[in-house]
Amino acid sequence: MGYFHSVTLDKEKCKGCTTCIKYCPTEAIRVRDGKAVIIDERCIDCGECIRRCPHQAKMAVTDTLDSLDNFKYKVVIPAPSLYGQFKKEITVERILNSLLALGFDYVFEVAQAAELVSDFIAGELQKGKFKRPAISSACPAVIRLIQVRFPALLDNVITILSPMEVAARLVKKRLQEEKGFKVEEIGVFFISPCAAKVTSVKSPLSTEKSYVDGVLNMSAVYAKLINNLVDEENMHLLQKANGRGIGWAISGGESLALKSENYLAVDGNENVIKIRELLEMGKLQDIDFLECQACLGGCVGGPLTVENSFIAKKRIKLLIDKYGTKVKGPDNAYQKLSDFAYWVKKLEPREILKLDDDREKALGKMIKLEEILKNLPGLDCGSCGAPNCRALAEDIVRGKGSEFDCIFKLRERIKVLAEHMVELSNKVPPSIGKKLG
Amino acid sequence: MTTEKIRPLVLEYTIVSGDFAGGGKAASDVKRCLSQLGCQSEVIRRVAVATYEAEMNMIIHSFGGKITIYISSDNIRILCEDTGPGIPDIELAMQEGYSTASDKIREMGFGAGMGLPNMKNCSDFFCIDSGEGQGTKVEMVINL
Repeated sequence: MGYFHSVTLDKEKCKGCTTCIKYCPTEAIRVRDGKAVIIDERCIDCGECIRRCPHQAKMAVTDTLDSLDNFKYKVVIPAPSLYGQFKKEITVERILNSLLALGFDYVFEVAQAAELVSDFIAGELQKGKFKRPAISSACPAVIRLIQVRFPALLDNVITILSPMEVAARLVKKRLQEEKGFKVEEIGVFFISPCAAKVTSVKSPLSTEKSYVDGVLNMSAVYAKLINNLVDEENMHLLQKANGRGIGWAISGGESLALKSENYLAVDGNENVIKIRELLEMGKLQDIDFLECQACLGGCVGGPLTVENSFIAKKRIKLLIDKYGTKVKGPDNAYQKLSDFAYWVKKLEPREILKLDDDREKALGKMIKLEEILKNLPGLDCGSCGAPNCRALAEDIVRGKGSEFDCIFKLRERIKVLAEHMVELSNKVPPSIGKKLG
Repeated sequence: MTTEKIRPLVLEYTIVSGDFAGGGKAASDVKRCLSQLGCQSEVIRRVAVATYEAEMNMIIHSFGGKITIYISSDNIRILCEDTGPGIPDIELAMQEGYSTASDKIREMGFGAGMGLPNMKNCSDFFCIDSGEGQGTKVEMVINL
């Protein structure tokens, strides 16, 4: 059942403080034996806990630069959010050239693929290929959130490959055709702002196997880059993407690239959940395109980024203005992507909230859950290790917790027992004498 | 082997007239319960829409009322009961696009005249009882 997870715990650093359990959008974390435990089948790798942990105990498993050595020809495909990590004096061209200097042979911008994907999606939307409002699939975390919490919206998801996946395919095709490399000789490395993208490469929803061979942590790459920036004089012309592709790094950027007039862009897990609740209740019928991203600000707010997301967002906006959002030619996109643009796997719901496979039993558990909940204090304090009282009640009916995990219930019970003890201690056998009582 | 039928889970909500901030609570709760029951997404959608529209109708038009939801293993029964002002012409109110909502309500994005028709479309059984000066009762059943 399980799939690869990028988000993991550094046990040494975890203090068992219950901060992370409160913010997890799928209630996937419990604190057990003083340490956070991630429930694998619930985790959507959104990385919210990485951002929230005050002790930096949550991390994302990524590949390292060492894994480049496994390939003869090394290609880097940077996410557009990388450009927002640097001061505006450090140009996109300089960032791309410096990437090559780190040991890559070739660079292909994900932003360039984003332009093609934008054209393709815009075309398919115009043909009415998706149920309105069509929901962007650019952020893998919010797609997994739909699988878990909003299955009624699965039909609205635009099942067209992400710019990252498209970039990897295009670059591999090009290098095989133009340079004669075998596909296994080419290693494509994505520079990722988040954990969710790592998971989407290791356990893709869209395809059997990703064309991306490794995912690098953006902050780790940043650390290397900032100390090894190349001189402006010796630079090659590498930048191909304009503001339309670069804009995908921020919330609203994809909508801008699609030239969608009737769109809604929502960012941050909490906000995404709210808007989807409304959507599931039949609101928002007047929207054509819904862009949702788990991180505040969009990908620039990713847990593996370096710069403050507001600052990075501003920089991306400056780049959009600088390079413009000209549409280069939709025919080109169709010609390049038609063969492989759609997902080959069907997007299925993940019924992890289900209490039992047998509906009658599930109903019985649900009734019991409500009864237990009525007797819990309702403080949602998290001391039991579950994020709130309802989650504890759910754990109890699933057989994974006890009422006395709640410190208030435990205290109540101890009080009753203590009173009982005092009462008993006053009882004296008649042979000794009743007057003692 | 037959399993004994369990009594339904009952969810009760008091709806306050004009309480837009509270709108959607019942729909959100029942949606979560249906996910825990393992219901199909299409059923969850229909129940969510029907409940939400019922909530909003009461908030916008009624003097307040009660929504009671019975979740059993075969169906969901949604009972809505309010204290007026009632619907003088039910047939007219059931027409798509017909609404008596004020301009102010429409500016908020409500009152498109789709409430009752939507509720009916989403249910397998729909029954409404109302009249001018009396409360409105709606019963909806959605089969699992």
